[in-house]
Amino acid sequence: MSSISSGMVGRSTGDRIILILAISLALLMMAPIAWVVAMSLKDNKELMTDMNSVFHAPYTIVNYINILATSSVFRWILNSMIVSGTLTIFTLVLSSLAGYGFARLNFPFRNTLFVIVLLGLAVPEQAVLIARHQLFSWLKFHNTYHGLILPGLAAPFGVFLMTQYFRAIPKELDEAALLDNASRFKIFWKVLLPLTLPAQATLGIFTFLSSWNDYFWPLISGTKKEMYTLTIGIASTQTNFAQSEGLGFLMSQAVFAGAPILILYLFFQKYIVTAVSGAAVR
Amino acid sequence: MAEAALPGSSSTARPAARQAAQNINAPLWRNALFVAPYLIFFVTLLVVPLFWGVWLSLHKADAFGTGRFVGLDNYLRLFRDKIFLQAVGNTFYFVFLTVPALALIGLLLALALNRKTRTAAALRTVYFSSSVLSVTIVTLIWRIVFIGNFGLLATIYGWFGATAPVFLSDPKLTMIGIAIATVWWCIGLPMMLFLSALQQVPQDIYEAAALDNASRWRTLWHITLPSIRRTFVLVIIIEIVLQFQLFGQARLMTQGGPNNVSKPIVLYIYEAAFTKWDLGLGAAASEILFILIMIAALTQYFISRRKGVEG
Repeated sequence: MSSISSGMVGRSTGDRIILILAISLALLMMAPIAWVVAMSLKDNKELMTDMNSVFHAPYTIVNYINILATSSVFRWILNSMIVSGTLTIFTLVLSSLAGYGFARLNFPFRNTLFVIVLLGLAVPEQAVLIARHQLFSWLKFHNTYHGLILPGLAAPFGVFLMTQYFRAIPKELDEAALLDNASRFKIFWKVLLPLTLPAQATLGIFTFLSSWNDYFWPLISGTKKEMYTLTIGIASTQTNFAQSEGLGFLMSQAVFAGAPILILYLFFQKYIVTAVSGAAVR
Repeated sequence: MAEAALPGSSSTARPAARQAAQNINAPLWRNALFVAPYLIFFVTLLVVPLFWGVWLSLHKADAFGTGRFVGLDNYLRLFRDKIFLQAVGNTFYFVFLTVPALALIGLLLALALNRKTRTAAALRTVYFSSSVLSVTIVTLIWRIVFIGNFGLLATIYGWFGATAPVFLSDPKLTMIGIAIATVWWCIGLPMMLFLSALQQVPQDIYEAAALDNASRWRTLWHITLPSIRRTFVLVIIIEIVLQFQLFGQARLMTQGGPNNVSKPIVLYIYEAAFTKWDLGLGAAASEILFILIMIAALTQYFISRRKGVEG
């Protein structure tokens, strides 16, 4: 609205200098990505002889064609989609139910249980990893999809977010429905859940992104090549980096793996921003 | 398991509704059915492993099972292990390198981009975009930037006839190289947190300041910065907790080398537990990491609370 409300005043010279600095820094930040993309479009032999060839033609898509022909990338993408997709759906279901329960209903030990769940936010992954790994070894869950998915379902963030969101909805809505003899589940399903769609989108994208990018659990649980997620699979192709003759090919894999998530981000950035700022307003 | 609970709660709810309509806020066991599905996962996959981890750290355990009780022996072994002590030092050094940089750059970016123009919105998108990449892609990008002879850095230095510093093989520079890649990767989150804090500062204070003809710097120093002090503490705590858990970058960029100078605690835990299969030792190291993170977070929390009382 007003120039004052933006915190920094108006269109002065100082303002322009700040903006120019911010743009320059952004370009600097993008430079490594642009360079990697350029490398991925170069012939591998040409790269070996002269790195400066990155900056001029000829460019080729041969590295991308080689991905389609030889690489396991598709299997890894499929694995990542199955794991992240399933985890996201189950997280939404579990968190919505629990969020509704904690925010709207009364039951014995409710507050105690909620505080315990919140304390779970403070537990770093490493404090539970080894025990989880041992548990999953006994259950023979390693190198299975459910083995990759299950640990993510314990994360308390979604419950915290949904509880906050359900609390913010006016209570008169479900009390009116309750007087009409609607069941508690029906109120949840028909009255309140449709109102939480923005929060569902936020939580869904947040869960999907962090699962898609997870590195530690898939590294120790999905140890067979055909059970790698994309993150682990791409990492496994990186060994002997310096000796690699296929730098362009390696870089095309990075682009191939990174591009979908960047495109997803550009489409859904509104919700991602909400998720990040929502986490800030505790 | 989630589906199993749904029909159960809806079929029993019809008689319950009549009852509940009389007393909406009565505590009912049946209501707990909504939180039960999540709690099952929470308890089996978080609470139990948490205590199981403590129990493991007091035992000699390997891949084949949990052996005998050894008390604090695993912890004593850690304190005698030079590599572990070095890993603790490395982790603190890394936190020291990254957290102030993330907080300050994040704050400066938020101040610069807190405006309602399209350019600012586009720049916010750019600065956050690296955060959505996975650690594998980030390290792939930065290894090729830093690599000697033909990396991006070496190429640029080459234009000026200079030799680039070899970040990932010079022991003095390794952790700095990992820190640069990490700041590049993580800068979006602190920027976003500061932006949302800036947007919550009440506008009438700025209007009052403008009426008083307060300069831009006075406004920044006396109004904006004090108003977002709580967020500053929050960002520091979040980043300390996150950066204490350095793992992927160190493993993928340097494997902890050269000579363990870039081996953080989590990489030590990973190697102890999943390459040497000394699960008891790994569990003990993770409990120490847990305690360190708690101490850091609590210290920050209490310092900020005391300042809050004085201010």
